[in-house]
Amino acid sequence: MSTETTIAEVKKPAEALLSKRRKKLVTDPLVDSNPITIQVLGICSALAVTTQMQPTLIMAISVIFVVAMSNFVISVMRNTIPTRVRIIVQLAVVATLVTVVSEILKAFAYDMYKELSVFIGLIITNCIVMGRLEAFALGNKPYDSVLDGLGSALGYSWIILAVAFFRELFGSGSVFGLPIYDSIAGLFGENFSLATNGLMVTPVGAFIILGLIIWVQRTKTGYVEH
Amino acid sequence: MELISLGVRSIFIDNMIFAYFLGMCSFLAVSKKVSTALGLGAAVIFVLTVTVPINWLLNELVLKEGALSWAGASFATLDLSFLRFIMFIAIIAAIVQLVEMIVEKFAPALYGALGIFLPLIAVNCAILGGALFMAQRDYTLAEATVYGFGSGTGFFLAIVALAAIREKMKYSNVPNGLKGLGITMLLTGLMGIAFMSFMGIDL
Repeated sequence: MSTETTIAEVKKPAEALLSKRRKKLVTDPLVDSNPITIQVLGICSALAVTTQMQPTLIMAISVIFVVAMSNFVISVMRNTIPTRVRIIVQLAVVATLVTVVSEILKAFAYDMYKELSVFIGLIITNCIVMGRLEAFALGNKPYDSVLDGLGSALGYSWIILAVAFFRELFGSGSVFGLPIYDSIAGLFGENFSLATNGLMVTPVGAFIILGLIIWVQRTKTGYVEH
Repeated sequence: MELISLGVRSIFIDNMIFAYFLGMCSFLAVSKKVSTALGLGAAVIFVLTVTVPINWLLNELVLKEGALSWAGASFATLDLSFLRFIMFIAIIAAIVQLVEMIVEKFAPALYGALGIFLPLIAVNCAILGGALFMAQRDYTLAEATVYGFGSGTGFFLAIVALAAIREKMKYSNVPNGLKGLGITMLLTGLMGIAFMSFMGIDL
């Protein structure tokens, strides 16, 4: 009886499922170390798919799935992967997961699959995925790695959704396909209409909107690059 | 003639950076100095010109629907295109390793210049993107080679031009929040407007 209690006392209490440290893993990448605006990772797809909200949302969900799952798989295997071939192992795991996503989209959302075309495949080379695998999953336990992946992917998601919101609103006058501009113009009578800005739909609009979002976000967090 | 127009189109109109945003990560990270930008740009041209035709062969002879018919009638209906991502990325990673070793052995001076950039290129979206676009657009072997070279050259031009501008930007008074990445995005946007003038050209 007495020995049992001493053992129990020596044992470190298990960390809470959502302890402070773990919450930080998820919340940090949302603002303070955001993968896009602060760490400059995963810019390629952030710009390419953001002309409309809907494909952007699909892209965000796919990236969240791939980052969290690949972080989990690599973290489980971390002690058995030889360091010399780790890049190839990581690429194989990520490519498998991306193939799963791509096949699911092909089966259940064919229109979206056509619209995103090569950019689903390019999640493989999205620097966020490889970055998190290298920096976190190779040295941490599975559960923590999943949380870390979720955090980074969510930080990425809200930025691309913000970019898409402005691009779709100003470029096509709608949000999620809802004609916002038309309904506003409708309030003012028949001869009133709002002009959309065609530049927003082109790549140029993406660069400029993202540049401005980065400006606002960095001014808020006080991060300065030298 | 067809090939020349495809080459020009992939350099200027379908520019990797300004039309498809491919390879943005390294485009932003390695464009602080012209000399390093030249090195990375040259490495990208080189790797794209080599990997796109090789991936074309892989796609035509193994992965496409019915591509395996040379192996026997029972393989004729096989469609392995869902393996595209894994095979392409594996080929790219392997070729990059191989190229690195060959360059190190036979051209040490070039290796010194490209050295650090070669491994980075395996995970550059522009390389995988080039291969995936090639598969989507049904090019012939010659077209695939020209496309690989052209889009690599487009990337080269863009990164060297941006690096030149960023070297000048060092002396400008930029607001704190906009320093670094922010101003670079705006610059790229302005360069994109310049490249948009090519869009109307129909070759």
